[in-house]
Amino acid sequence: MSDKDWNKPMVAEKGKMLLEIVAPSRQVVRSERVDEVVAPGSEGEFGILPGHAAFLTTLKSGVLSYREANDWHYLAVDWGYAEVGPNRVIILAEGADRASEIDLEEAKVAKERAEKALQEQLEEHDYEKARVELLRALTRIQVAERHGQK
Amino acid sequence: MPSLRDIQRKITSVKKTQQITSAMKMVAAAKLRRAQERVIAARPYARKMLAVIANLATSAERVQHPLLAKREPNRVTLLVLTSDRGLCGAYNTSILRHAVETIKQFQAEGKDVTVDIVGRKARDFFRKREYKLGKVWMGLGTIGYETAAPIGQYVVEQFIASETDDVYLLYNEFKSVITQKVTLEKLLPVEPPEESDPFMRAVDYLYEPSAEAILGSILPKHIEVQVYRSLLESQASEVGARMTAMDSATRNAKDMIGRLTLKFNKTRQAMITKEISEIVGGAEALK
Repeated sequence: MSDKDWNKPMVAEKGKMLLEIVAPSRQVVRSERVDEVVAPGSEGEFGILPGHAAFLTTLKSGVLSYREANDWHYLAVDWGYAEVGPNRVIILAEGADRASEIDLEEAKVAKERAEKALQEQLEEHDYEKARVELLRALTRIQVAERHGQK
Repeated sequence: MPSLRDIQRKITSVKKTQQITSAMKMVAAAKLRRAQERVIAARPYARKMLAVIANLATSAERVQHPLLAKREPNRVTLLVLTSDRGLCGAYNTSILRHAVETIKQFQAEGKDVTVDIVGRKARDFFRKREYKLGKVWMGLGTIGYETAAPIGQYVVEQFIASETDDVYLLYNEFKSVITQKVTLEKLLPVEPPEESDPFMRAVDYLYEPSAEAILGSILPKHIEVQVYRSLLESQASEVGARMTAMDSATRNAKDMIGRLTLKFNKTRQAMITKEISEIVGGAEALK
């Protein structure tokens, strides 16, 4: 996507929502006809339909799904923020991958690595890092296994 | 007058240099595309994040956070981004000249300046001079978010520990392949932009868990993202500058080869003429 495209103001189609999911290194999703979004909020999973009240929350690592008409799409997101307006949802995620983009083998390796790291005696900082890594891997495995190969 | 062989040797040497510069140009061109794409891909996130902060800062009741705290700027940190390698034209020179000017200006205002450095070129430059050096990062290689985040975290820690009152970022902004603009940006304290997103203005937000908590996690992240983006910008600029520099070096080498070849031919002809006239002169003498 060129820089110019990005600057174009986007407006949702009537009765639908605009959904943008951006990660630091790229834009992952951009759609102007989304009917429903389900996201992993830090205080619990929440669903959003068009006309939702303005809402700003942090996200935890988990599965994010959205629906365009009858098609559900699934992504693994790792931490971030969701900003919700009446007809738009912006997700700022530290990492976001569509189910089809996830390398299941790699995720499993990452999971084992993180589990091993957790068993060792670690300092607080490293422990937290490994824990985060493990959650990330688990989410990715979950998304890839359930929704990856379709 | 140089002998034929001297000129020939010089031509060969220039040709070899030309091969190198032209190869470097190709490499830079290939890298440039990737770097450019990465810069463009990183912009939306940085921009959206700034918009969220603006919304938070304007629509929430006055939230307090250490990273928003304005202090009397007695100690200033300047984070200078340069490259590790040279041969990229005026890229590093112009940023270092700018850095020195900025430092002088801060010092004239009676501020104590510390320089944090990314890139070998800046380190070599500042090490030889009398400036207060902070932390140095070198050999970052290809910039990923993971490489940029620790730099951001370091500055945030310094700021929160009140080791510094203002943090500025100096880097080359990537305008286009041939233009890079040296940019000075204030990193800390965070100053939320005045105008917020028109979509979202004057809306009462629901916050989960709370405005303070969100701000507390988003501000440090924002700094990391800014550092990440500017590192990408400066890397793309570096590659762009190298490509332009190598392009003109290749062209100069071509001109030089042309001139040398002309000289070579002239000398060769002069020699032949001289030999003929000697032979003719000898034959005349025998008559």
